[in-house]
Amino acid sequence: MNILTEASVEKKLSPMKNEPNIKMRGEKVTVHYGEKQALFGVDLAVPERQVTALIGPSGCGKSTFLRCLNRMNDTIDGCRVDGKITLDQEDVYDPKIDVVELRARVGMVFQKPNPFPKSIYENVAYGPRIHGLTKNKAELDGVVESALKKAALWNEVKDRLQESGTGLSGGQQQRLCIARAIAVSPEVILMDEPCSALDPIATAKVEELIDELRQNYTIIIVTHSMQQAARVSQRTAMFHIGYLVEEGPTDKMFTNPDDKRTQDYITGRFG
Amino acid sequence: MGEHTVTSFDDDLEHIQRLINDMGDLSGTMVSGAIRALLTSDSALAQRVVSDDAIMDARQRELDDRAITLIAKRQPMAQDLRAVVGGIRMAGDLERIGDLAKNIAKRVSAVGQSPAPRNLAHGIEGMSEMVLEQVNGVIKHYIGRDGDALRDLRAADEKIDVKYTSVFRELLTYMMEDPRNITSCTHLLFCAKNLERIGDHVTNIAENAYYVVTGEQLPSARPKFDETAQAALAE
Repeated sequence: MNILTEASVEKKLSPMKNEPNIKMRGEKVTVHYGEKQALFGVDLAVPERQVTALIGPSGCGKSTFLRCLNRMNDTIDGCRVDGKITLDQEDVYDPKIDVVELRARVGMVFQKPNPFPKSIYENVAYGPRIHGLTKNKAELDGVVESALKKAALWNEVKDRLQESGTGLSGGQQQRLCIARAIAVSPEVILMDEPCSALDPIATAKVEELIDELRQNYTIIIVTHSMQQAARVSQRTAMFHIGYLVEEGPTDKMFTNPDDKRTQDYITGRFG
Repeated sequence: MGEHTVTSFDDDLEHIQRLINDMGDLSGTMVSGAIRALLTSDSALAQRVVSDDAIMDARQRELDDRAITLIAKRQPMAQDLRAVVGGIRMAGDLERIGDLAKNIAKRVSAVGQSPAPRNLAHGIEGMSEMVLEQVNGVIKHYIGRDGDALRDLRAADEKIDVKYTSVFRELLTYMMEDPRNITSCTHLLFCAKNLERIGDHVTNIAENAYYVVTGEQLPSARPKFDETAQAALAE
């Protein structure tokens, strides 16, 4: 009685594999803003359910690369992206791709918390509603609650869901934005310096949250804090003037990096 | 290596390196002083070695303080982090070398009371030269950032282990020849063992220094040649 299909065998074997699945991959990614070239042939693979940190001095192209991943650069005039970016081996710049759906799958959290000027509830409910993810109010309530819980904000706001999201503290607003990103069930979450406007306690809460979220999501974070990159990520990629300098396991990158530029940057020796 | 954007960071790191250098010099002085005191029954010199140990301890405490403060203030990364953590560990080994030298110095008066220690300590003199070369070399190679030399120096500890075995046998022979030698020879045996332990601390320092300099760990296996257990059974 051998009715195990090949797929199910593979499924059983897959936890044995050490190599994580590659969720997103950039191949020879080149970006121009008008005449100015911002990225030069970046190759970077992002493993599934891990946190990948992008580091480098200002203007190195790390945010530009991040914004290519869910085509946020489309909104910038004169921005041209060449090369290939894939999500589950699917080309995200394929003309057949629905960009709105892409951004639901690849969500984003920005540097400054930017809640909508609406209630806490509406901030989270907005995405699922416009994407038609829920059938009725009760289901939507469930999605909002679950997203706020995952963002570790539920206990602080459950009694005032109708109050304005902009009335929360900076750290709470940022977690609200993370809840908003989670509410549409993304697969990848992009974070562009999510803690740069937060105090150390709010930062610690967001870092704790990142650590929990990586059980279910693939996270790519741009940060200027070396310690933060070292704390939250499993892999680190170092950018410099538009080039990917070095990429590898975070533990190695912060104790014994290969490239002199990485060494100089993380040890505070950049000229 | 380039300079830090924050120049006081460089000053802090240099200060730690200077302390390691000072402690290395002091450990060399203490070991050579202790052996010279032993061979010439010079109790004044022995006393100086004992008091030098207090300086060694103070240096180590200063280095620990500075290293902890540096970590708290600067959150060093990569080679800086390795230098600070490696510095703490190397200082620990240097401090232990100081303790062992002091222990040799303390035995000077006990050995001196017995007849003709000079003749008995012949093997120890040769051994101490080897150990001293290692002690002075390890700090020199660390300051010179010479990973290859550190690896070779670590391997050279094997010769000290072999020498220790031969000193052990030599002292056993003296004891069997004339039981009046037993007190002196037992003290000398402890001195030889202390020298052998100093050699082991030097290999620890070489391993830490190699890691600081290269970012790689030396393989853990190193040939061991302490055959005194077998020698004792064979006699």
